[in-house]
This record gives sequence, C-alpha cells and structure tokens, in this order.
Amino acid sequence: MSNTGAAHAASHDHGHHDKTGTVIFGFWIFLMSDLIAFSLMIANYADAEWHGIANGPSPHELFSLGLPTIETMALLISTFTFGICTLGMKYGASMKRTVGWLVVTLALGAIFLGIELYEFHEFWTEGNTPQVSGFLTAYYSLVGLHGLHVTSGIIWGILLMVQMKTFGMNDLIKSRLVRLGLFWHMLDIVWIALFTKVYLMGVL
Amino acid sequence: MSILGSLDWNDIFIVPFFTDPSLSTGIAAGAGGIVVLGALAVMVLLTVKGWWKPLWSNWITTLDHKKIGVIYIVLALIMLIRGVLEAVVMRAQQVSPAPGFLSVEHHAELFSTHGTIMIFFVAMPFLTGVINVVMPLQIGARDMEFPFMNAVSLWLSIGGAALVMASLVVGHFETGGWTAYPPYTGIKLSPNEGVDYWIWSLGLTSVGSTLSGINFLVTIYKQRAPGMKLFDMSIFAWATLCTAILMIFAMMPLTVASLMLALDRQAGFHFFTATQGGNMMNFANMFWLFGHPEVYILILPAFGVFSEVIPTFSGKKIYGYTSLVWATIAIAVLSFTVWVHHFFTMGQTAHLNAIFGIATMTIGVPTGVKVFNWMLTMWRGKLRFSTAMLFSTGFIFTFVIGGITGVMLANPTIDFATHNSLFLVAHFHNMLIPGLLFGMFAAVNYWFPLCFGFRLDEKWGRRSFWLWMIGFYGAFMPLYAIGLMGAPRRMAFFTEPAYFPWLVIAMLGALCVLAGLTAQIIQVWVSVKNRESLMVPAGDPWDGRGIEWSLGCPVPEYDFSTIPAMTSREPWVDAKEAGKRVMDPTEFVDIHLPKPTGMPFLVGLVATLFAFAMIFQMWLIAAVGFVAMWVLVLIRSYDTDWEETVTAEELREGYEAHKRVVESTPQIRLDDEFTTKNRGLIMETQV
Ligand code: HEM
Ligand SMILES: [Cu+2]
Repeated sequence: MSNTGAAHAASHDHGHHDKTGTVIFGFWIFLMSDLIAFSLMIANYADAEWHGIANGPSPHELFSLGLPTIETMALLISTFTFGICTLGMKYGASMKRTVGWLVVTLALGAIFLGIELYEFHEFWTEGNTPQVSGFLTAYYSLVGLHGLHVTSGIIWGILLMVQMKTFGMNDLIKSRLVRLGLFWHMLDIVWIALFTKVYLMGVL
Repeated sequence: MSILGSLDWNDIFIVPFFTDPSLSTGIAAGAGGIVVLGALAVMVLLTVKGWWKPLWSNWITTLDHKKIGVIYIVLALIMLIRGVLEAVVMRAQQVSPAPGFLSVEHHAELFSTHGTIMIFFVAMPFLTGVINVVMPLQIGARDMEFPFMNAVSLWLSIGGAALVMASLVVGHFETGGWTAYPPYTGIKLSPNEGVDYWIWSLGLTSVGSTLSGINFLVTIYKQRAPGMKLFDMSIFAWATLCTAILMIFAMMPLTVASLMLALDRQAGFHFFTATQGGNMMNFANMFWLFGHPEVYILILPAFGVFSEVIPTFSGKKIYGYTSLVWATIAIAVLSFTVWVHHFFTMGQTAHLNAIFGIATMTIGVPTGVKVFNWMLTMWRGKLRFSTAMLFSTGFIFTFVIGGITGVMLANPTIDFATHNSLFLVAHFHNMLIPGLLFGMFAAVNYWFPLCFGFRLDEKWGRRSFWLWMIGFYGAFMPLYAIGLMGAPRRMAFFTEPAYFPWLVIAMLGALCVLAGLTAQIIQVWVSVKNRESLMVPAGDPWDGRGIEWSLGCPVPEYDFSTIPAMTSREPWVDAKEAGKRVMDPTEFVDIHLPKPTGMPFLVGLVATLFAFAMIFQMWLIAAVGFVAMWVLVLIRSYDTDWEETVTAEELREGYEAHKRVVESTPQIRLDDEFTTKNRGLIMETQV
C-alpha cells in the first residue's frame, strides 16, 4: 500500500510524515473494528438460527442456493474488477480506464444488491418479516448490514468518480480509491463468511 | 404521526409538577430548571462579556490537540458536578424514612443517569482529554495524526452529553441502570423514550471513542519522534496505546448491542425477546464484551499518569520500566477474557464460571506487578507531596483494598452471595474513584501548566485531596458492610434498621466528596486569580522527566520548535544532567498546522439533532439530519486548503524566545517548588 504514498506529488511536504500511507493505515484499523460488528452479528445469527425459530420458518425452509450463488458470483467478480482498477491506477493506466473498471465494479455491486433486495422482497411478501422470529430478525439484520455497507460503497464510488473529474488523479483521490478498495475487498471476505454460514449451512 | 414524533406537552420538565405536585416532581422540575437557567446564564455571560467570538475562533473551531483535550476535560468536570450531586440526592433518599422523598421511578432515573454519566461522560472524556493533551507531547509529535477527526470525536461526545442533559428538560431518562438490560428495557416494560435517550447518547459518544482510539493508535504508531522506539516511550504513552486498542475493539460491541435494542424497541425486531426466539443473554454478552474492557479503558490511562507522577515526585527513574510495559499489555489482553464474571448467576454451567473466575483473578497478577513498581519507585526516593503526588499515593493505598474485594467477587461462589448487593457497588467505586478520578485529578494538577502557563494552587489542591480521600472512605466502606449484611443494589429505600447508621455515614461521606469537588472549583478559581504569581514561563516546574517538560509553559500551538532527538528513553533528563536548560534544537523546517474549522462542530450538531429526532421518533427530521451529516463530510472532502504554514524562521524565533526566558529565570531549589519562587525549571534531577 505504501507505494501509492511514495508518489508524493504535493508541492510541500516538509515537516510531516507521508500522509497517504498513514491514512490508509488508519482506515485499515477502522475496518478491523467494523469487522467486530460483523463477527458479533454472525455470532448472534448462529445462536438465533438454532434457538430462535419461534413460530416462523427454519433456515432450511427459507433458503435456496440459486439466487445467492449468482449474487456471490457478482460480488466475487466485482472484487476482481476492483483489483484491476487499483492495479491499473498504480501502474499508470489512464483515468478513463480506471473509471471504467470502477463503473464495472459498482455495477456488479448494484446487481448484488438488487438480488438481495429481491430476495428480501420475496420473503417479506410471504409474510416472513423480521418481526416473525429471532431467527428472521438476525437474518435480515446480518445480511442487511452487509447490504448497507455495499450501498455505502456504491455511493462512495459514485462520489469519488465525481471528485476524479474535479481534482484529476491526484494523490488524495488515489488514496481515497485505495481505501474504497480495502473496504470493498473486506465486504467480499465478509460475504463469503455470510454465504457459508447463512445459505450453505442453512440449506445443508 | 406528526413531524414532532412522540414528543408532547407532558415531556416538558415543569409540566408533571403541575399535574402531579410532589417533592419528587418538584426536584425533577428544579433540576430541569437549573439546566435551562444555567444555559441561559452562560449565554448572557458570553454576550455581556463579548466572548462569543473568541469562544468560536479559539475553542469551538480549534483542531489543536491541547485545546481539544482541555474541552474534553471541561466537559468531564461539568458532568462530574451533576454526577456527584445525583449521588448525594440518592444518599439523602436512602437515609430518609421509607419510602423517602423520591418516587421509585425518579430514584431509578437517578442511578441510571448517575452511572451512565460517570462512565461515559465523566470518565471517558476525562481520560480522552488528558491523552489528547499529553500523549503527542510525550512522543514528540505536533498533533494527533487526524486532527479533523479528533475534533469530530470531541463534538460527538459533547452531543451525547447534551442529550443526557436534555433528558432533564425534555422527557425522561431510562430507569434500567447504566447497563440497560432487556427485557426490562424493551418496549413493553419501558415504553417511554428513556431507553432511547440511553441508546442514542451512548451511540454518539461510542462512535467518538472508536474514532479517538484509531487516532491515538495511528498517532503513536506513525508520529513518534525519529529514533523513538516503542520501548523508549513513556509509560503513559504505553497506557494510551493499550487503551486505544481496547477502544477500537471494545466500543463496537456496545454500539451493536444498543442498535439491536433500538431495533427491538422501534421496529418490532426480536433480538432480545425470549418469547419470539430472541435471546437476552446475547445482550449481556455483548454489553460486557464491551463493559469489561471498558473498565480497563478507564483505568489504564490513570495507571499511566501515576507512572509519570510518582517518578517525578520521587526524584527517581521509574522502577522496572519493561515489566510495567508488559504488565500493561497483559492487562489489555486479559481484559477481553473475563466478561462472563458479570453474570455468574445467570444460569451457565459451573465449569464456565470456574474458568472465567480464574481468568479474572489472573488480572490481579500484572496489576500487582504495577503496584510493586510504583512502591519501589518511591522506595528511598526523596518524596515531595504535591497535590498530584498525594492523589497518586492515595490511589495506591486505596486501590489495593478494591483489588482485594475484586478478587473476592471473582470467586463465583462468593459472587452468588454478593452480586447485585451494595458490596459490589462499594467494590467498583473503590476501583473507579482512586483508579480513575484520582489519576485524572493528578494529571490535571501535574500537567496543567503545559496548557495554561501557570500552576494550580497547592493549598486548595491538598484540601481537595483530603476531602475526596476521607469522603471516599466514608461513602463506600459502609457499603461493604451493609452489602455483606444483605443490602441490595438499586433499592429506592431501606426498611432494615440495622442499615441506618451505616447509611448515615455513607451520606456524610458523599457530602465530604461534594466538599472535595467544591474545593477543586475553588482551587481553579484561586489559581486563575493568582495566575501572575503562579506563572512558570520557563517550563518544567516539577523537575519533570518527560520531554513535554522541555517546552515552555504554555506550550505553543506548534508544540515543538524542532522535533526532539531521541537519544535515550529520557533525553530531557540527560540534557539536564549535562547541565543544559533547553534541549538542543535539531533542524528548523517549515511545518504545517491544520487551519481552524467549524465543520466538526457542525457535524456534531447535526448528529445530535439526528439522535434527538430518533429518540422522539421524528423520522423526517432524523432523515434530514442523517443526510446533512454526510453532506458536511462530503463538503469537507472538497477542502484541500486546510493547512497553514509555520515557517522555519518563526520556529527559530520561538526557540530563541524560549531560550531567553529560560536564561533569565533564576534556578531555584526543589524545596521551593510550591512557592511563588517557582517560575519554572528546577534542575536537581537525580537518577
Ligand atoms: C463521587 C462520589 C460518588 C458517590 C457518592 C456515588 C454514589 C453512588 C450511589 C449511591 C449509587 C447507587 C447505588 C445503588 O445501586 O443503590 C451509585 C451507583 C453507581 N455509580 Fe456512583 N458514586 C460516586 C462516584 C462514581 C464514579 C466516579 C463512578 C464512575 C466513574 C460511579 C459509577 C457508578 C455506577 C456505574 C453505578 C451503578 C449505576 C447502576 O446501578 O446502574 N460513581 N453511585
Ligand atoms: Cu468485569
């Protein structure tokens, strides 16, 4: 990561340390505390999945693997395209290409989100709302928390593209892009855990 | 639902007094009145004195870590006054003939706000403030790594505190204690907005604390003066590092648990409703996954302070530096492994209880190491009992008692008999008053000159110490006794005559504490009045050891004219021993400081509005507030011109000026350190 900081373009940087690397380090730490939130939600889900069915459906009755698999593929590919985007930026790809890959990434994110909302909608119209049981509460909150993160990632990405236009590809923008990348990759990793715990193990 | 959500006339503080006049509603109306009149009085004062502008430009918009620290400490002290007053009212309630003058409901609100305020709005801002002032100066940094975020954290904390204050005027606070366990705090049993006040005021501050933790950690990691290895850092910086890690990992469980509670209450979710497949033990687990590390967040910085104050006033190097560091690290790690001791009685297996009981007791080991380090630092030292040193030694003495009762409670079989009794209440006050407040008081008395350029009055400082010390013993030792006799915690009144004499002593103790707090207010007043004679412009008024004392008092905004060369663990002591009175400058270069900005204040304001709207279910206003908050952050992200330059020339001039002051300041003897002869810079450092 520190490579992005090495290309220090600022006209004056005496008297303080390399800011870019530091900001990314700080963001990394923030992600660790975010990860705690997800861990707790997963633990809570794991508990509710066993003890919290109440009078509602069980995971087995609720889930199928079809849509979630497509969803997962979309997110996995998006993390790959984000990788291309940041690598390209590092090795001096044109702004157009960087933006292009970012657009592809965000679009894949939007597909992911769309499928998730579709699934929520389906369950909801069947009467399986979060108010039905502890299990459904945990399900909507856990998957929804991840979805909220993806939503913020998409909004952030769009705003960042606007900023790329105003500022050009300077160090600040590059650092922001790298941070969005970290965020996005973390969401991917978290999703793999969610997919395994919620859908795979739920169906099996 | 109307735009004003669930807010209605009966939520205004004086209305209940008219619909249902009683002493209890009268006191509530009076408390609300004090808040309103106090706010008005402050505004009038600011207007009459023409202080709005300086307040805005010097304080509200500041990004200087020292000033931010001072604001945190002021917040803590204001909230401390409220917390102690509430404690006195509770004590008065319990010595009045049953059922006392407060309604049961009102008493429950009192212990809930008292606990919440003391932990989140006294302890946390206090230690965050002290860290803000001191840590960057001790590691040779110019500021926190993220000054803007630092100010945002500050204003979020103030927003949280403002909400708790608002609950005196508008609506109610919760009645389920500072831990707010469901199902009691669920919507069925606590239908009014009290629990929501708890959720959202804590929400704001805990986000602030998480951000502070990140800021401290990155600052220590990235901003140490060149050459300063981790094991060269002051013990206080080490304590900060460990505290920061605890903040980063421990605040999140609280945020998650309280948001879950909010969803249960306002969206009909079932995280914690047992009848619908929820599990309220998950709340207890998450709460204490936060709560136990929290008590070490509270205590470690104070340990850090003692490790600075005791060597200075013993004229000796700290004994066993490395073991102190490892003890600090060990405590931080172990603090995450003991949380179940908070619910030994809630039905888990005896095995689990045994494991967590033993884990709990192991924390005593590194803590014991520390106590011995402090004592051996004093051993054969030339002790000088300044106010800061009094608080430090008073701490050691008292804290050991609290530690022993803690080990008692860590034994599950004993805990079965004592949990939720006043024995427990005595225990945790026994830890927190010496182990947190005394540390912070010592810190203020010790480091005050760095911020303001003058010392605090020693006479009133000592008086305040003795009043606090005696008050503490008076207020809490009786609780050990009646706790063992069976007096439960959180009772609105007692009918057992055997408790009565003890409760009277506890009441007198609480009054004595109040007198101690008053003495501190007088101390500040007297010191400000006599500031001319208490000035220490040459810096280092206590023959200190850390590099923060190589600076003049008050410390200039840029802190160091040149970043100090770290040639050893205590370069300032080395310099003094070599007969120098200022550290040799390194290289003068232009530096950048962040420009003042009102943006963090606005972010805090809008976030508070959002939280208030959430409490009263004003969804539209909440949505607007939430979006506005992020729009402000977005606007800030367009700001690229946020630094101003201090030139090498200005820094050189600053350095030369400091040197001239030092050279024209006569050297004095240690014996005169508390007299008006002390204008700074005593040089008798021994090893
Ligand atoms: C300054 C003198 C203080 C006095 C006289 C005092 C008195 C009290 C009293 C009477 C209670 C209620 C006990 C009961 O359950 O019946 C209480 C509870 C509590 N106090 Fe204090 N207190 C003081 C300072 C502090 C400080 C400094 C802290 C923390 C930093 C603190 C934290 C708490 C907490 C967390 C509770 C528990 C509230 C609950 O039950 O939820 N107190 N205190
Ligand atoms: Cu604990």
